[in-house]
Amino acid sequence: QLHMNFTLRVLNRFRFLCRSSPINCRRFCTSQPIMASRHTHAKRIEGLDKNVWVAFTSVAADPSIVNLGQGYPDIPPPSYVKEALAKAASVDRLNQYTRGFGHPSLVKALSQVYGKIYGRQVDPLKEILVTVGGYGSLFSAMQGLVDEGDEVIIVEPFFDCYVPMVRMAGAKPVLIPLRPQSGKKTFSSADWYLDPDELSAKFSSKTKAIIINTPNNPLGKVFTRDELQMIADLCVKHDTLCFSDEVYEWLVYKGHQHVKIATLPGMWDRTITIGSAGKTFSVTGWKLGWSIGPEHLIKHLQTVMQNSLYTCATPLQEAVAQGLLLNYKLMGQPNCYFSSLAEELEGKRDRLATILQEAGMTPVIPEGGYFMLVDVTPLKQDLSHMGGDEAYDYKFVKWMIKEKKLAAIPVTAFVGDESKEQFEKYIRLCFIKSSGNLRFAFSLFYRKIALWKQQGKS
Amino acid sequence: MSNTPPTAPPSSTASLSSGSELGPPLVRPLPLPGISSSQKRRQREKKSEVIIVEPFFDCYQPMVLMAGGTGVYVPLRPKEGSTVLSSGDWVLSAEELASKITPRTKAIVINTPNNPLGKVYKIEELQMIADLCIKHDLLCFSDEVYEWLTYDGAKHVKIASLPGMWERTITVGSAGKTFSATGWKVGWAISSGNLIKHMKIIHQNSVYHCATAAQEAVSHGFDREYELFGTPESYFQQLPSMLHQKRQKLASCLRSAGLQPIMPEGGYFMITDISSVKVDLNDKSTEDESYDFRFVKWLIKEKGLATIPVSAFFSPEHSKEFDKYIRFCFVKENSTLEAAEEILRKWSQKE
Repeated sequence: QLHMNFTLRVLNRFRFLCRSSPINCRRFCTSQPIMASRHTHAKRIEGLDKNVWVAFTSVAADPSIVNLGQGYPDIPPPSYVKEALAKAASVDRLNQYTRGFGHPSLVKALSQVYGKIYGRQVDPLKEILVTVGGYGSLFSAMQGLVDEGDEVIIVEPFFDCYVPMVRMAGAKPVLIPLRPQSGKKTFSSADWYLDPDELSAKFSSKTKAIIINTPNNPLGKVFTRDELQMIADLCVKHDTLCFSDEVYEWLVYKGHQHVKIATLPGMWDRTITIGSAGKTFSVTGWKLGWSIGPEHLIKHLQTVMQNSLYTCATPLQEAVAQGLLLNYKLMGQPNCYFSSLAEELEGKRDRLATILQEAGMTPVIPEGGYFMLVDVTPLKQDLSHMGGDEAYDYKFVKWMIKEKKLAAIPVTAFVGDESKEQFEKYIRLCFIKSSGNLRFAFSLFYRKIALWKQQGKS
Repeated sequence: MSNTPPTAPPSSTASLSSGSELGPPLVRPLPLPGISSSQKRRQREKKSEVIIVEPFFDCYQPMVLMAGGTGVYVPLRPKEGSTVLSSGDWVLSAEELASKITPRTKAIVINTPNNPLGKVYKIEELQMIADLCIKHDLLCFSDEVYEWLTYDGAKHVKIASLPGMWERTITVGSAGKTFSATGWKVGWAISSGNLIKHMKIIHQNSVYHCATAAQEAVSHGFDREYELFGTPESYFQQLPSMLHQKRQKLASCLRSAGLQPIMPEGGYFMITDISSVKVDLNDKSTEDESYDFRFVKWLIKEKGLATIPVSAFFSPEHSKEFDKYIRFCFVKENSTLEAAEEILRKWSQKE
């Protein structure tokens, strides 16, 4: 609010300066503008204005609302990354431009960490691009590699930006849902799978790429090696690219393993793998991500980068580099943040699942990530009084925020129209929250659920 | 103007929720990760034309191409018939500019203060451009990242403040240039809500947020500067004063070496006419390149001094007219400038 007022004051000051000049500036900041009548939006953004985050985050920003909606941590990041940022900002040259495709110390650190994980040399200059968040990597990949008229296969439920990004590149999203195993009540994200025949039928001569997200947001599925091999076989057969969004790669719970599709035979040369400092170090506001892949693909993402953002912020990159180097040395040890965060979150996951189960709801326990879907069907909440043609889960979440002061995210935001019916009884909760806030949320939630159940009976 | 509060992603420090007690917001300041991304978002449909005033910051051209548009170039030219001593002596021909406008022209891109020339457009020059924008219903993308860096009393004028221009202009600013922190990559676009709303859609489908901490720090910088505006403690006064001296110093060193600097009215850069200096560019490997590119390579190799050839900032159709200039940056530590001075002094003594 303060900064908004400041901006207004500056503009009013300009208006003052204008009036004191000999030029007639009466039209400045007028409420009766001359419209630039023929200037409407470019075709590439047609129909892309809606955004679930823009729709829900300001509503949930009310501090009286318990917000388990948007996925950002309220647990503190490791102190050493914050200290590294402060230190970097105190060095003058680290406040100036750095290398466009990635700060040297960061790409070197990424090369070390991922070289170990991939089991191959990763060239820091040619096979890595640092971007503004995972978003920036997705954007560079789409703009750099996907053309008008291409088709891009997207697995539902999908992180919501994939579809508008594909459309903005002039391409057609082809959707395929993960489906729960038939006849079985699903208790785990592992119970949701891709039908191989259904997937195979989605590939055509126009298919440019398939986007996968593992661990998956919002479902929490961690694709198994066999499942990835099935996808890889299709990519190789049809010579398509694979964009693998692996921002939650470190957040995998006991009994499951994160597998990189780029490590499967024939896949390195056709895969862009996306990672995120925000998710790795619980610093989503740092907005640094990276794409890793073969030079002949990464170079096109680099072209997009040099003609859009050009570079990412230097001190932030330096701090992430320090964080990566520190944890590289600890890899495999319990105090490595890459594994200790997952341990911490597993406890929170289990507690949230228990509360929801005790309340008679059906959580889908995630194998990875920091989100959990929960089926709200048992609450039998009548929303017929709410007008509009939105799906049930949108109405449910809006109603829940308003009436119960509890925020979640509707899951149909993550699917296409044809799959809405399959998903509209699910809402998404985020559990990367401090123990205090989760305790409060649980107790609030539990009381509300109990009240709902009582109200349902009467 | 809608009274519905625009919503904002949580990481933006500028809470756009609800107009303040001053009424609905008149502007939608949109924090952007660096100037380049906001320019990209303004590029238009296929076959649209975008007029770019030369010399231009090099990314304008590829950004227009990436948007499927065509760049149409109009050069600033040194005034005829007089000694060209200042960037103010380089002017746009109104006739030439008008002749480049077609039914497909969507926008004109201007940069004031200009990189590399340092020109600070006068109000009558901007009025000429504004008149054409209004007459032909064009948009104007005004890159004003160096807005706080003007010298010798040159006044920075915002074309958006001229009559009829607010609704058709996107003005771009930069924290990196404002606070000498280019590595922070925070910039902004200011315009009417009708135009900003389209840029927001690109923003939410490309990077979505900018770094929170960097924005927070920049906002604190502006809070401080707002209080000190117009006073000697203002960084917006102190920085140009400091750079003014560096600018003078570099110019006099260049003159003593027989070069002819064009004194910039604003910005970080100074271009220098190298046509009067006779050097033997005896390098077969650069034979096919333009004169200024060859000269720059020779200067690095023979004198250990790095500069940028100015024809790089011109379109292919005009670059040959402007291949006798090189660009220096004077926003450097004194030790760097002193080293340059030493090189130039030795050079002038030999000739």
